Amino acid sequence: MSQPWTPLSSHAVLVARDDIDTDQIIPARFLTTTSRTGLGTHLFADWRYDADGSAKSEFELNAPSAAGARILVGGRNFGCGSSREHAPWALSDWGFRAVIASSFADIFRSNAHKNGVLTIALPDATLAATREALQIDPHAVITVDLPSQTVTLPGGIDVHFAIDQFSKRCLIDGLDELGALLAELPAIREWEAACGH
Amino acid sequence: MLATQCLLQSKPKTMEVRVDGRLRPGVSAKDMILAIIAKIGVGGGTGHVIEYRGEAIRALDMEGRMTVCNMSIEAGARAGMIAPDMTTYAWLAGRDQAPSGDAWRDAMGRWHELATDDGATFDRSVVLDASEISPMITWGTNPGMAIPVDGRLPMSSELPDASNERAYAYMGLTPGQLLLGQPVDVVFVGSCTNGRLDDLRAAAGLMKGRRVASNTRMLVVPGSQRVKRDAEREGLADIFRAAGAEWRESGCSMCIAMNGDTVASGQYAVSTSNRNFEGRQGKGARTLLASPLTAAASAVAGMVADPRSLL
Repeated sequence: MSQPWTPLSSHAVLVARDDIDTDQIIPARFLTTTSRTGLGTHLFADWRYDADGSAKSEFELNAPSAAGARILVGGRNFGCGSSREHAPWALSDWGFRAVIASSFADIFRSNAHKNGVLTIALPDATLAATREALQIDPHAVITVDLPSQTVTLPGGIDVHFAIDQFSKRCLIDGLDELGALLAELPAIREWEAACGH
Repeated sequence: MLATQCLLQSKPKTMEVRVDGRLRPGVSAKDMILAIIAKIGVGGGTGHVIEYRGEAIRALDMEGRMTVCNMSIEAGARAGMIAPDMTTYAWLAGRDQAPSGDAWRDAMGRWHELATDDGATFDRSVVLDASEISPMITWGTNPGMAIPVDGRLPMSSELPDASNERAYAYMGLTPGQLLLGQPVDVVFVGSCTNGRLDDLRAAAGLMKGRRVASNTRMLVVPGSQRVKRDAEREGLADIFRAAGAEWRESGCSMCIAMNGDTVASGQYAVSTSNRNFEGRQGKGARTLLASPLTAAASAVAGMVADPRSLL
């Protein structure tokens, strides 16, 4: 269960790569936990740390400007690869509440929305402009207004983003889908009976 | 799921991948799906469920169909499916959880209704010719970066973006080079993609009377305990052991660097699994995805090899 949504305004970490897969977000060797907390240390572990465990200064998450960021900006097809709930857990535990990309892998997007991490898909050109702005000023602030589905990008440009209404409601209220499913129990029982189960 | 036996899903878009014609000898379901992903890209199926159709799909056995559907995720799709037919029913008949007697007849009737109608339209359609598909192998760090095993790696000028340069650097490969002849440190046959009995039969058939090259380590990991028992009963395990391969307990193993089965940094692994992302088989490991036949041929040669030369 996530926390109910609160207004989000933050600078962002830019990881300007396409096809960032869940094995990069959280390598499989860290999947031995079923706890949602503590995975932030392993977020992007293989890009973030050297073999001896020291932080790679060139990786974006290790830049001083990354501290306190609540928004991650990526590229195309963010979150592809293994279905892995630990991926949004790790992002969330590090502190991220939203990921902005030009597209998302379906399963990642659904896992993210179920775990309190909002995904915002922007048109390619808008994302490219945002990335440029963040390269110039890593402290530039992005504001997300989920109820109106608007993201305010560096430079004050408002862009509307799409999200299915069910995910939106769950994110805003901090709910998961179990409650919604339980409300459908009579219909589920009826269908099961019709199937002869 | 436990509370309701239901999973909430939004209705996906539909995508048809039709593979006409027949596969050539030495070309398998794995090559077909790698060719499909190379064509549509790792995000090509995003938002869709893929239905695989056409003569070449119908001609696949169930295990080949599972290989194809398994890698739908690697094309970005939510799921992949193939309409039930006599091949499906023959595979299901007599299995542990399959209905029997009247219940079996009723079930077949219901399943038959699941098939897509003739003339149905899809949100997106892709068509391939099976006879044009070669044994495929990946060279990069996502499953869409695949070429025919005897082909050359794409030139930088043909590459759309910087992620390919990154892939070349990670893989230690050069644009324009051949993969054929690339020395291989590890060969892994197994995983949910290619750890079924038919996969092991294909690899064993090629390995029989041959040996794993001295510079190469080969692991064969059956997909389940049942597959392991069946393969041992058929003598497949003996063939692998006699060839110098390691015959292991079932599990995920080297597909995901589990149970201590990792590829060392900088080493090349020809793997029948489904994912070649950076670090997937171990930190710094360089994964080349291929079919069980191509994996077996590469184990024998100690380098990337075309299975058609050993059939």
